[in-house]
Amino acid sequence: MGFEKFGVVSFTSQSRASAFVDYLEKGEVRGTKCRSCGRVFFPPRADCSWCMKSDVEWVEIKGEGTLVSYTKVNYGPTGFEKEVPYILALADFNGTKVFGRFNKDVAEDTVKVGMAVKVSPLNLSEGRISYEFLPA
Amino acid sequence: MPKDVAVIGVGQSYFVRGYEGSIRELAFDAYSEAMKDAGIGPEDVDASVVCTAPEYDKQRSPSGLIAEYLGLNPQPTFAIETVCSASTTGFKVAYSMIKSGLHDIVVVLGFQKMSEITSADSQERMGRGADIMWESPFGTMMPAYYAMHARAHFSKYGSTEKDLALIRVKAATYGKLNERAVFRKEVELDQVLNADVIASPLKVFDCCANADGSSCIILANADRAKEICKKPVWVLGIGSATAPMTMTGRDSLAGLDAARQAAKTAYEMAGVSPQDIDVAEVHDCFTIAELMAYENLGFAEPGKGMELIQNGETYLGGKIPVNVDGGLLSKGHPIGATGGSQLRTIVLQLRGEAGDIQVPGAEIGLVHNVGGVGIYGNVVILGR
Repeated sequence: MGFEKFGVVSFTSQSRASAFVDYLEKGEVRGTKCRSCGRVFFPPRADCSWCMKSDVEWVEIKGEGTLVSYTKVNYGPTGFEKEVPYILALADFNGTKVFGRFNKDVAEDTVKVGMAVKVSPLNLSEGRISYEFLPA
Repeated sequence: MPKDVAVIGVGQSYFVRGYEGSIRELAFDAYSEAMKDAGIGPEDVDASVVCTAPEYDKQRSPSGLIAEYLGLNPQPTFAIETVCSASTTGFKVAYSMIKSGLHDIVVVLGFQKMSEITSADSQERMGRGADIMWESPFGTMMPAYYAMHARAHFSKYGSTEKDLALIRVKAATYGKLNERAVFRKEVELDQVLNADVIASPLKVFDCCANADGSSCIILANADRAKEICKKPVWVLGIGSATAPMTMTGRDSLAGLDAARQAAKTAYEMAGVSPQDIDVAEVHDCFTIAELMAYENLGFAEPGKGMELIQNGETYLGGKIPVNVDGGLLSKGHPIGATGGSQLRTIVLQLRGEAGDIQVPGAEIGLVHNVGGVGIYGNVVILGR
């Protein structure tokens, strides 16, 4: 259990990668790394389909990433009516890509493809938790 | 160029906002037209393949219900799901069933009744056609995903919102002529550019409309096709491929790898190149999707797709007419029916029966149908 706390609305309750949420609560955004081949996975995977093994360790996504693309969403799907507008984005942290949202105070006109960003945990209401991008 | 499986009949319902009937009746609209077109009865059909996306209507296992209603018991049936590309996936499966020698004639029936749920619920369901564990919790939806592809294309190649708007203006030009399209008005460039932003840079007119609709394509082996049909349209090439469902798994957002790979396979099988295509139907669920299709199909070099629309080359009379039936943007996009509708348009073009939108002397046509945000790519090449 534990994964149902992730994000504004979660559609998954259990995962063998749910330690991700525990790390978020400790203030860290972590992915996994296959102990056999060394591949780093984000979002974290519990299993490596290259090695056919399920032996991973947790590694922090830190430092500066580069913004790959973004969009400001004005009309949200069901369950997100009160969230809009928000900026969804994809960033590349040294070859490991992270999908998420920008901090709500970041204005769209300050966001540019190629800009430097960092990622950090974000506490939501009612004990829910996520992560967000901020300009680096 | 193989000529061993042919399309012998095509049908399509009107694509509408709120169909006044049930899914079985909607399916019948396209089916009855295709069966009359082929000049056959249910007893001639060996199997059916039903193509639809789940969770729009409440019927579970719809293939059983549809087969019964269409008079196709006791023949085998089953459902196919690759979201928006379901009916070209069904087409490929039907092709394989005939090519293997198992069956002589197979019906491919696609349908969707999207108006059973609200637009916001529809966005939520479509959004869950991506990674529900790691992306949906952020409030994703189809326009947002394609918007991120648009931004990536702009940034990499210098394309603009105006280029996208020009694609919408073209779609509307032809949607006006298509009595089965849900959106039949012409639109001005300024109107497209000044519309409400859904997910930047995509605005209302950059997005296709939800619609209710059905399509039906009937395939036969060479012997039966020649016996039954005056103008069989042959399946020359089929390619299908996949790409990571997650945005994090993709090398680039400036194109769709699944479509590029599917096109390569289809061209090789057909033994033709992009220059040989006389008319094409591409999956323009959003304007950016058509722009990427120009490049992924090889109609333009990567980064040069916008020159095709700037120069009017994808209009009738241009180098490669694309979506001259209005495309998904004007016809509407009833998920499970869309690929079949695209195939029907190309079949009519190759038979010389496309009316106002006929490309004179069209001999080879192409269909590009994409499932989800480029998760599934199907490309079909048809010829006379």
